[in-house]
Amino acid sequence: MALPSALALRQRLTWPDLRFLVLPAALIALWSWATQQPWVNTKIIVPPSLVLSTAWTELHRPEFYQGVGMSLMRDLSGFTIGALAGTALGILLGVSRWARLLIGPTFHTLRQISLFAWLPLLAALVGSGDLSKIVFIAFSTFYPVVLATSEGVGSVNVAHLEVARVLRFSPTQILFRLILPSASPQILSGLKLGLIYAWLATIGAEFLLYDFSAGIGQTVFKGRSAFRVDLILFGLAVIGLIGHGFTRLAQHAEQRLLRWQARAH
Amino acid sequence: MPASAQNDPLLSDTPLPPLLTLTTADVSRIGRQRVWPALQGALRQTGAWALRVLAGLVLPAGLFGLWWLTARQHWIAEQILPSPAFVWESLGIVWDSGEMLTHVGHSATRVGWSLLLGGGSGLLLGTAMGLSTTLRACVLPTFRALAQVPVLGWIPLLIIFVGIEQPLKIWAISLAVLVPVTLTTLDGIASIPRAHLEVGRVFAFSRWQVLSRIVLPAALPTLFTAIRQGVMQAWLTVIFVELLSASEGLGFFMAYSRSLAQIDMVIVAMGVIGAVGLLIEATLRLLESRLQGWRRAAF
Repeated sequence: MALPSALALRQRLTWPDLRFLVLPAALIALWSWATQQPWVNTKIIVPPSLVLSTAWTELHRPEFYQGVGMSLMRDLSGFTIGALAGTALGILLGVSRWARLLIGPTFHTLRQISLFAWLPLLAALVGSGDLSKIVFIAFSTFYPVVLATSEGVGSVNVAHLEVARVLRFSPTQILFRLILPSASPQILSGLKLGLIYAWLATIGAEFLLYDFSAGIGQTVFKGRSAFRVDLILFGLAVIGLIGHGFTRLAQHAEQRLLRWQARAH
Repeated sequence: MPASAQNDPLLSDTPLPPLLTLTTADVSRIGRQRVWPALQGALRQTGAWALRVLAGLVLPAGLFGLWWLTARQHWIAEQILPSPAFVWESLGIVWDSGEMLTHVGHSATRVGWSLLLGGGSGLLLGTAMGLSTTLRACVLPTFRALAQVPVLGWIPLLIIFVGIEQPLKIWAISLAVLVPVTLTTLDGIASIPRAHLEVGRVFAFSRWQVLSRIVLPAALPTLFTAIRQGVMQAWLTVIFVELLSASEGLGFFMAYSRSLAQIDMVIVAMGVIGAVGLLIEATLRLLESRLQGWRRAAF
């Protein structure tokens, strides 16, 4: 292992870069200053203290946790279904020329239909309950996962496949020993993208298929119809934090699962 | 008389030799050796192409057949899944009346303005953050933190600030375009090799020259990716905002038809949305190959 250079060492010893605090601090200062001015409508621009107190009360209400739980449940069920189906189709498209010929054109054409355009039809066919939300979330996860997986499988080294043939691998062995490991970086980045899309779809579906059930998207939407900006801001923060948590989790999982690859170099 | 003319049968005095003495055997030989393989090759290529198209059509045809059969046998109530013929008829109605084109026009106008505003400011912000480390240190963390909330989430807040009319749509779509365009542009600018910039310094390039001769060409492929992502996001978001609240546009047309239980019109709108999506994709691909023509030459 190379020794850290003097410069890197000095950078590690100096203070962390705090410049990122400048902008948020300025914005919050401006915000709290503005809400104290008589010409500002505090109904629209609510004071920061109100947002904090709303957050405090919401965090003590069981309904809030129920809503977050419902949203997460929808998100994860949809993601799981979409990810499994997407990986399966992606592998099929990557492996088989016939599947590419038969399914490829249809898949790439249907992909052009903007995601949310499926919602009205879905609502008409399945209703606007949890089922149609989960189907929609699965759908949103499906596309990026299929694309990434088929790309990953398509880039499996031919030489490796020949080695597997020489060693008389069974199809199952080829799948688990060769295809999945070599395509894993692309599959994982597809799953990461799918996770982001699933969360987007969860919020979108809760907005558009509003059915008076619990959910974090619905909390925000309720805040709008009740004209409570503090509730909306709190909900946005929660949505952002959950999305951020998902991204971090996915990154960790990716690093964990791909550690064997890094060691090879 | 030049030397070459002596060999020319038309100019020399010797009697003309027979130009071609082809026997049937020759014809069949030439046919066998030259014409037939070429014909076979062409035929094989056309055949492969036709086979590919045919194979691609199997699944849509199957799905269409299933749809047709479902409608015919009344497996699903017609109010929920109308027959293909009925949908086709509905498409004819809204197409002939010009209604569909008006809606497409409204949606396209929104996308256009938002691409201009959101994409433009995204390119500027991304470039600025890519070039200035101070700006990056100050703005990027906040930007990333705010971008964690999907743009759809901001819409309720935007509704309170700007109402539910046209400004809402432009704001929402612009924001949706801004985020990926900024981050991708930043990526493109920041990943320019330092060596290239140093070469510019050696040649004493002016700031403008550095920008136009080094930064822009090097970042062009990434900038194109940024624009492509922006367009995709815009198209996704416009449908969402219009489904949520609008009085014109493709998304509105869908939501309105659904509230009237006109599923045929919903399916028509989906078809149109898909067609526009295909058109966008084709245009982007064409632009990409045109703009990056100079890169191909390198390989």
